[in-house]
Amino acid sequence: MKYNERLIQSGLLITAFSTIAILILIGVFILKEGLPVILKVGIKDFICGVNWSPIEEQFGIFPMIMGSIWITAGALLFSLPLSLACAIYLAEFSTPKIGKILKPTIELLAGIPSVVYGFMGMVILFPLIRNYLGGPGPCILAASIILGIMILPTITSISIDSLQAVPYSYREGSLALGATRWQTVKMVVLPAARSGIIAGIILGVGRAVGETMAVIMIAGNAVIIPDSILDPVRTLTTNIALEMNFATGEHRQALFATGIVLFIVIMLLNIIANLIAKRKVITK
Amino acid sequence: MGDKIIVKNLDLFFDTLQALKSINLRIKTKEILSIIGPANSGKTTFLRTLNRLNELIPYAKLKGEVYLDGKDIYKEDISLPWLRRKVGMVFALPVPLPRTIFENIAYGPKLYGITSKAELTELVEKSLRAAFLWDEVKDRLNESALKLSGGQQQRLCIARTLALEPEVILLDEPCSGLDPISTAKIEEALHELKKEYTIVLVTNNTKQAARVADRVAFFLMGELVEYGQVEQIFTVPKDKRTEDYISGRFG
Repeated sequence: MKYNERLIQSGLLITAFSTIAILILIGVFILKEGLPVILKVGIKDFICGVNWSPIEEQFGIFPMIMGSIWITAGALLFSLPLSLACAIYLAEFSTPKIGKILKPTIELLAGIPSVVYGFMGMVILFPLIRNYLGGPGPCILAASIILGIMILPTITSISIDSLQAVPYSYREGSLALGATRWQTVKMVVLPAARSGIIAGIILGVGRAVGETMAVIMIAGNAVIIPDSILDPVRTLTTNIALEMNFATGEHRQALFATGIVLFIVIMLLNIIANLIAKRKVITK
Repeated sequence: MGDKIIVKNLDLFFDTLQALKSINLRIKTKEILSIIGPANSGKTTFLRTLNRLNELIPYAKLKGEVYLDGKDIYKEDISLPWLRRKVGMVFALPVPLPRTIFENIAYGPKLYGITSKAELTELVEKSLRAAFLWDEVKDRLNESALKLSGGQQQRLCIARTLALEPEVILLDEPCSGLDPISTAKIEEALHELKKEYTIVLVTNNTKQAARVADRVAFFLMGELVEYGQVEQIFTVPKDKRTEDYISGRFG
């Protein structure tokens, strides 16, 4: 019996630690594949180079970095007001009945495959943008709107959790001091939930940076540095997905190197989100 | 002295459970009315009907009338922020907001439009002095209120309520989690506050009621068994149940 117990314990331990092993393996693998070309081109030229043409052995990923930044910023701009409004309404104002319908619905948004989002973007947003704003359709604006919807459930549900974690007594105390419900939310609940909400936003950003399929379908994929939101762009992720099929040699290594950049960015975002989420309520 | 609050035929239900049964009570201006009774007798619930805090509970239903200065506070045209400013509340567990000491006190006044820094500073000092806390915190007003001890936090909550310049102060077992010295400080503060405010004090401690109250009301199972002058309740209670409770036979 006791032997059995120990066997199960160590089995679970090994399983748990194997996730770390997987992380290390992936990290080592893409570093091994991608690092040589970064060293050859030089870190600065690789990241700040504006010219990406694998045939001429030009590997500068700056346009892709800009593409990722533009689309992510756009998605955030679109998503933040919506998801915060959703979270505040659901956590503070809705009746339990409405909450029971709304919250699972918002979470369901996270369950829609990204290719479906991309498809919706092509069918609905492209014609709208073509007709009212000009251009061919695929662009930063379209990708930002679709990504904004995609990260909405992440930000909303983490924000709801952190709003609900604010002790009820804070609200009661504030209301008893003559505050209205909105004043209570604005002055007491939101500041107390701030760190959790920021962590949710950062996780949403991570999701937007890492999204590939929907972006391939609607961002246009042109390797240019955009100057308007109606320009098509290519992101770090789509660069890898689009070219990996036929890449060989240094070209292939350069794609792995793009992966390294992505890997580091998303790791950093997750670490920051974790640190902020752990931080206690700031009391100034 | 006139009646500050008049409660008429007050019934309160939580779903089907009746928490208050036909309460009739008059609270006089500038007195300390102490409400005593065993746990679950409706003391806190009653207190919370006086500034309509029970409305936060969606399944609470209320019948009857509560008048403040002759005005029915359950009429539709009553503004809740107005009512809660006039009838301030101090909870059993002190809950400072996660802000500085100064901001905790200035929170209420800011809400109703006092923005001048000088005015706020004066109000904060006055409130802290009235709650017997000023000397202990005057040098650390910009520290987090959460760093204060339990007794200090409770006095901070009293000061926070005083800063609203209310007319009635409701206290819900304000000393339940405090040591005897902190309790003595709060009772001292209550004696002073009585000069200017009408105070309703819920307490589990019958001795405390005897020490600070002018009149005492005894609640049992949602019923107001009897109320009257403190001497009368503690020496010649009319009801057998009151006698049993204060002599410690139950509760």
